[in-house]
Amino acid sequence: MALNPEYAGRVFGPGEPYEVSRVKIADFADAIGEPSELCRNRDAAVKAGYPDVIAPPTFAVIIDQLSLRAVITDPGLGLDYSMVVHGEQSFSYTRPLHAGDVVVGTTTVESIKAIGVLSMLVTSTSIDTVDGEHVCTARSNLVERGADS
Amino acid sequence: MSATYDSPTCDGPTYDSIAKGTELPARTYQVTRLDLIKYAGASGDFNIIHWNERVARSVGLPNVIAHGMYTMAQAGRFVTEWAGGDPGAVTDFGVRFSAMVPVPDDDEGATIEVSGKVLDKLADNKVTVDIVAKAAGAKVLTRARATVRLP
Repeated sequence: MALNPEYAGRVFGPGEPYEVSRVKIADFADAIGEPSELCRNRDAAVKAGYPDVIAPPTFAVIIDQLSLRAVITDPGLGLDYSMVVHGEQSFSYTRPLHAGDVVVGTTTVESIKAIGVLSMLVTSTSIDTVDGEHVCTARSNLVERGADS
Repeated sequence: MSATYDSPTCDGPTYDSIAKGTELPARTYQVTRLDLIKYAGASGDFNIIHWNERVARSVGLPNVIAHGMYTMAQAGRFVTEWAGGDPGAVTDFGVRFSAMVPVPDDDEGATIEVSGKVLDKLADNKVTVDIVAKAAGAKVLTRARATVRLP
């Protein structure tokens, strides 16, 4: 099913505030095998010039995907999530996310394209602190496989 | 995966010590079913194709497949380890997912081979790194680029 092209340009959010915690950063670092002490030891992070332990670069996908949930579950868009594969992902940081950050995600649908039986949904999620400081922009490209592919 | 939690090496490359074309030491990372389950819990991505072989095969996949974001995270870890163990050194990071990483139900799982080289030196002590990630001979990430700030 083709995606509704009228959704291009729509903005979703900001969503509920997400609090970045030390435990979650350490869990995520453990899960990806990131060995850095800067993800686990506050003193080491402070010594390196950060306010608290910092998140690995792909941690922001958690906040991106929470923000994207509003888009992909919107019945008007017509996305069949069971047919979705992740096409591309990128993160652009103003500064690292650190424990204690309280952030909100705001997702913009950048484009919707149909290529044969595939539909492509390109989104951009701005991740900002609740005080309005930009931390990261996450771009995601989701591909919906057509029923015949 | 057996991770070792050494302190950051702090002996990574400096901006002046590297040149365009400098290669990053290649690494291999094993990914087992347990790694995918841990990643599902830590990331909140519980898509069933990443942990249930019966369902994965029923939708036409060769086996349980790794989360694309897990593979991207291995490429990220590869770069931050090279950059002296500072995950905050990576300012920009993007990939295209070009092939799946099937993860068999055995003790070895799948092997992700990651290599990279310095593509360009930018202002402000930043460099761009081009990353190649392969599994079973296939490129699983393409257009994988990271911008890293070096001391």
